[in-house]
Amino acid sequence: MRIAASVISIHSSDTAGVCSALYELGGLTVVHDASGCNSTYATHDEPRWYAHGARTYISALTETDAIMGNDERFIDNVVSAAKDLGDLPFIAICGSPLPMMVGTDFNALGAEIERRSGIPVLALHTNGIKSYLAGVNQALCALAERFCRDGLKKNSRKVNILGATPLDFSVNGEVENIRRILEENGFEVNSCWSMGSSLEELSSAGAAGVNLLISSSAKELAQYFEKRFSIPFVAGVPVGRAFAACCIRALKKAAGDGESSMPCLSERTPAGDAAVIGESLFASSLCCALQMEQNIACHLLNPLEKEFAFMHSNEMNVPDESAVAGAFAKVSRIYGDPLYAPVAAAEKCFIPVPHEAFSGRCFRKKMRSLCGKDLKKEFEIC
Amino acid sequence: MEQITIPIKEASFPQPFPGGLEFNAPARGMWNIVHTGMLLPEAHQIFVCARGCLRGVILTAAEMNAMDRMSWVGIEENDFFDSSMEENVIEGVTDILNKLSGKPPVVLVFVSCVQLFAGIDFPECLRELSKRFPHTTFVDCYMNPTMRKSGLTPDQLMRRQLFVPLKNTAPLEKNAINLLGSDFAADRSCELFTWLDENKIICREITKCSSFSAYQEMGKSSLNMTWIPQAVAAAESLENRLGQKHLHLPISYGEEEIENNYKLLAQALDLNVPDFSEARQSAGQALAHALKIIGNTPIALDYTAAPRILSLTRRLLEAGFNVTQVFADLFIPGDRKDFEFLQKNFPSLKITPTLHVNMRFANNGHLDEKILAVGQKAAFFTGSVNFVDLVWGRGFYGHSGVAAIAGLMIEAFRNPKDIESVITHKGWGCESCL
Repeated sequence: MRIAASVISIHSSDTAGVCSALYELGGLTVVHDASGCNSTYATHDEPRWYAHGARTYISALTETDAIMGNDERFIDNVVSAAKDLGDLPFIAICGSPLPMMVGTDFNALGAEIERRSGIPVLALHTNGIKSYLAGVNQALCALAERFCRDGLKKNSRKVNILGATPLDFSVNGEVENIRRILEENGFEVNSCWSMGSSLEELSSAGAAGVNLLISSSAKELAQYFEKRFSIPFVAGVPVGRAFAACCIRALKKAAGDGESSMPCLSERTPAGDAAVIGESLFASSLCCALQMEQNIACHLLNPLEKEFAFMHSNEMNVPDESAVAGAFAKVSRIYGDPLYAPVAAAEKCFIPVPHEAFSGRCFRKKMRSLCGKDLKKEFEIC
Repeated sequence: MEQITIPIKEASFPQPFPGGLEFNAPARGMWNIVHTGMLLPEAHQIFVCARGCLRGVILTAAEMNAMDRMSWVGIEENDFFDSSMEENVIEGVTDILNKLSGKPPVVLVFVSCVQLFAGIDFPECLRELSKRFPHTTFVDCYMNPTMRKSGLTPDQLMRRQLFVPLKNTAPLEKNAINLLGSDFAADRSCELFTWLDENKIICREITKCSSFSAYQEMGKSSLNMTWIPQAVAAAESLENRLGQKHLHLPISYGEEEIENNYKLLAQALDLNVPDFSEARQSAGQALAHALKIIGNTPIALDYTAAPRILSLTRRLLEAGFNVTQVFADLFIPGDRKDFEFLQKNFPSLKITPTLHVNMRFANNGHLDEKILAVGQKAAFFTGSVNFVDLVWGRGFYGHSGVAAIAGLMIEAFRNPKDIESVITHKGWGCESCL
């Protein structure tokens, strides 16, 4: 299927997802791509780039290296950088379109780098074509497989937050809000994947009694923890007050009975004359909150990969601009990133909900913190 | 973490430091191919690339409030294996153009490394598009940074392709010349333009063109003047195609080279060699005045500040300034004479990379002494709030350019700036939604 757009933006790529997920954990992350290609991530996907240094680099791949299969240069440079930087808990390597095209064997590269450096390597299979959801999911799962400890004593009041990256939550205090909501309701945040927690904290994820999944970018991680540690997950971003309370009830229930739940879906019926477009777990949660607090019946439009989506079967995937325009034409009110606005007809009520993974830093200053807030104060009704 | 740095006497030319993994400093003033492409009036840009490559160019346009001139077609893995690469370009661009309310006179179609690597028949794509849209000029453009060491760089290619729509309108006008390759409008207070005006020579530049028809006037000029080596390929192409002569008069900050450039231009235009002694003296006085104010304060420059950073470094050192450090990863062939001069006469001048892995942690923002930084990367790495926000020479040229930079140095020395808010603005001089 051809995906094209005459006027709207595009979501961050899988490589950005990898870099974002691993940013705060002290490892060396290397994207195998051309010189300068890291400026996209550094400028548009990573609000921490200026103030908080991380060991995220580009390999400066050249056409000649690709043609000649000169993987040795990549291996040498990564090992050499690891020595320069010192004290690395891990090295993560991932690819872009050209390595995909020439069939670069990242597992083999990772094994060789690990052998030479003695540092654990996460070999990740990105290609710059998939969205950030694929990259974050993959990076977090690889991290969990490698570093999470078994045999920890479970505590039902401990909760892991899964799916926190600036790509979905920017750096406007939203993740801290979620932590606060949990703590005010008797939970202890065991770890946050992956903002504001150390690798050591992440490695003790198995001690939690329940996981709060706040982005589809960690869907696979939630499923992994459910399988490996029998930790149930609750899928929902605690947007607004009523839905936040709903998420808390679901967490307590899941911590007690060990059953996962998805309040972002179960607490609403898709309908109505309004639509929320964006990352599905957040959008679905916002639909719940709008329905509960403002009596707005709405439904979700999913612009990202179906495999990660949290949506009802009668809701729409809108993978390209034509699909978005068609879906917008059927509703009178739209909640979404402002870079979708040009596709909506002038008479539509378009309520901006900026999303870093779509519009980068364009609207960062206007991003609102919605978790636990009174939505009536946040959104004016058209 | 310590900065990696070596004295220039120990530096090799043109690459003082070995390659490796690369850091990307958050200084965004330098233009990219989107900014450059937007110089072509009324042109629409369509990128056909992978998501990761599209993201940067789309948001470049978004930040400069130019999304109405930017479209894209995504590529999928299957495109490489089911022979649909060309179809993807042709049908994707067709779909987009059919959606646009008005048809642009020019469409810049960009493909990327991976399609070129896979052998896309790009000319055939553009032939088919030209058949479908006979009133639109399609220009093949390239975002291929992996090929930066195998032929023209993406920057050189972009500057060349920017002038592909110019048509042959012979006879060429003897009293008209073009300036090619500058991102910024030339500072018309320069003695060069006064002299051209006095001799009734029109100097056209794309930065001054407000419409596609005004841009097309550039096809009538008899000579193309280039100031930066990155524009030479454009001028050579036009010389072959339209018969416009080419004269490369590289930006320089040295008196002798500036005047030599003017002599060459006078010769090419069949004019008397002008007397620029007044402008020369003014530049000297401006530097002397700046020196009085700035004194022995250490000065650090970086390669993004000016196209000939070593020429500027040399001029400042010769004028008595205490230049201590130059941030650069690679020098251009035109830097060689200045490099050798500096090695011989200022051997302890420090050369520091910007891309090296360790440079990620080399700026701590705690200065032991006041430093004057010239350029955005120098500001970032030194942490100096006293910096000249000079990007790629800003359109300054000749003696007046030297004087202008001296003035900016005084202003920066006296007035601190917020480094982050200034240097993270993408595309110096462009509109920004931030």
